[in-house]
Amino acid sequence: MNKTPLDKTLPLAEVASKLESGMTIGIGGWGSRRKPMALVKEILRSDITDLTVVAFGGPDVGLLARAGKIRKLVYGFVSLDSIPLDPNFTRARERGEIPETNEYDEGMFVAGLRAGANRLSFQPIRAGLGSDVMAMNPDLKTVKSPYDDEEYVAVPGLRLDVSLIHLNRADAAGNGQYLGPDPYFDDLFAMAADTTIMSVEQIVSTDDLTAKAPPQTLLVPRIFVNHVVEAPGGAHFTSCDPDYGRDEELQKAYVAAAKSESDSDWTEFEERYL
Amino acid sequence: MTTQTITRADVCVAAVSDAFKGSGEVLAHAVGIVPAIGVRLAKATHTPELALSDGEAFMMAEAPPLLKTAAAGGTPEAWVPFRSIFDIVASGRRHSMMGASQIDRYGNQNISSIGDWRQPKRQLIGVRGAPGNTVNHRVDYWVAKHSARIFVDRVDVASGVGNDRAAGTAGRFHDLGVIVTNLAVFGYDDSGLVKVVSIHPGVTPEELQDATGFPIDATDAPLTREPTADELEIIEAEDPKGLRHREVPET
Repeated sequence: MNKTPLDKTLPLAEVASKLESGMTIGIGGWGSRRKPMALVKEILRSDITDLTVVAFGGPDVGLLARAGKIRKLVYGFVSLDSIPLDPNFTRARERGEIPETNEYDEGMFVAGLRAGANRLSFQPIRAGLGSDVMAMNPDLKTVKSPYDDEEYVAVPGLRLDVSLIHLNRADAAGNGQYLGPDPYFDDLFAMAADTTIMSVEQIVSTDDLTAKAPPQTLLVPRIFVNHVVEAPGGAHFTSCDPDYGRDEELQKAYVAAAKSESDSDWTEFEERYL
Repeated sequence: MTTQTITRADVCVAAVSDAFKGSGEVLAHAVGIVPAIGVRLAKATHTPELALSDGEAFMMAEAPPLLKTAAAGGTPEAWVPFRSIFDIVASGRRHSMMGASQIDRYGNQNISSIGDWRQPKRQLIGVRGAPGNTVNHRVDYWVAKHSARIFVDRVDVASGVGNDRAAGTAGRFHDLGVIVTNLAVFGYDDSGLVKVVSIHPGVTPEELQDATGFPIDATDAPLTREPTADELEIIEAEDPKGLRHREVPET
């Protein structure tokens, strides 16, 4: 039997070399939970810009917006969970610093990801009908059912150049494992992307993945993963249960610095965090 | 036995509980402290078949301590991560009580942004699940601080679909129930307009009108009922720290 492992490990410092300005980038996690912050920091340290960002947004979106790296944002919400609003995101929106937005209903967002993952141009959904989501997204169209009189929103497939996700464990071949209560949509992000970069708390052997956890925790199969980055604490200050919870103190400091009238407070935080 | 004082928050909790009466075996989704206690009261009294969530990834046969997740206690009975929530929404087996930054006379709700959405005066959280919830299952609203800034003539962004917009496929499962606030309980009349169902003890019709940005008529409105002694005991047990009084202070 051929035991030679596929080695997809990539040093964190080389992540930016896989990305380009103008790309459409999906970011996994949810709000301020299991965000691939180490990978996002690599974008912040680089000159990559002009991005289309697709995310259930948290501080990933806030940081990229504050850095002026987002040309277009596709989102259902942006929140820090324990703190409802991200001041970097709200500020960027209120100052008109995000040139284009697609604000979707959360279910529509998932429908778009599913369509992207399935290589479909759209997925029908009832959500959005009657709401101002239609007005806020003038390119959205509805589709008539071929079977009855129903009409649905046709959410366009969200196809991503790159997805960035953070999981608890993986093997070097790119089989990703989550150990917390919720997988979020990280597997869908991986399937909807041409290239997936997955950071993890720890790279272990394939045997070790299921030594203490059931195989149902193996969320992302390697066929959807191109690069594996070992980044302990890689979701910090967002949560990565059960390895660590959200760092509420640092999240508060993030919010205070982002809200401050003085730009030097923000620069100070950014230097400390990055 | 000492007589327990009934607070405004307690009246609100009972009104939330009443809103879930007869909802059946559905997932109760409750945003806010008073709604979270209210659905627990509903399950403990008239609607034991209600399914409660821990606000994270589980349905709970026995709820964890208030505002805590399954990690803090209780008994999970089903795994419902975010991905399955959208399927439950689409199935219709859900009943939401959501918050609102704006509500208009037709029950359109806004949590997205204030002003022109292209460059808003105030960006809020985003539409979240409001568009999907309102076209798929029963939706109520909870407003802890009733004011004319929230009850407006027209919402800036219709996140939750109001009665005037619920036509065709959008109207098929559209079902707005009640709006519970710290001052009153509202429903909708035959033309889909917000109407007063009851006014909380201690609130005058004038006070209610002044706090509402469109005309309402509360002159003949009955008083919202007070919780019973049994209900008060349950409320106190679910919220021993009195978090509800922080959300709805006594005036």
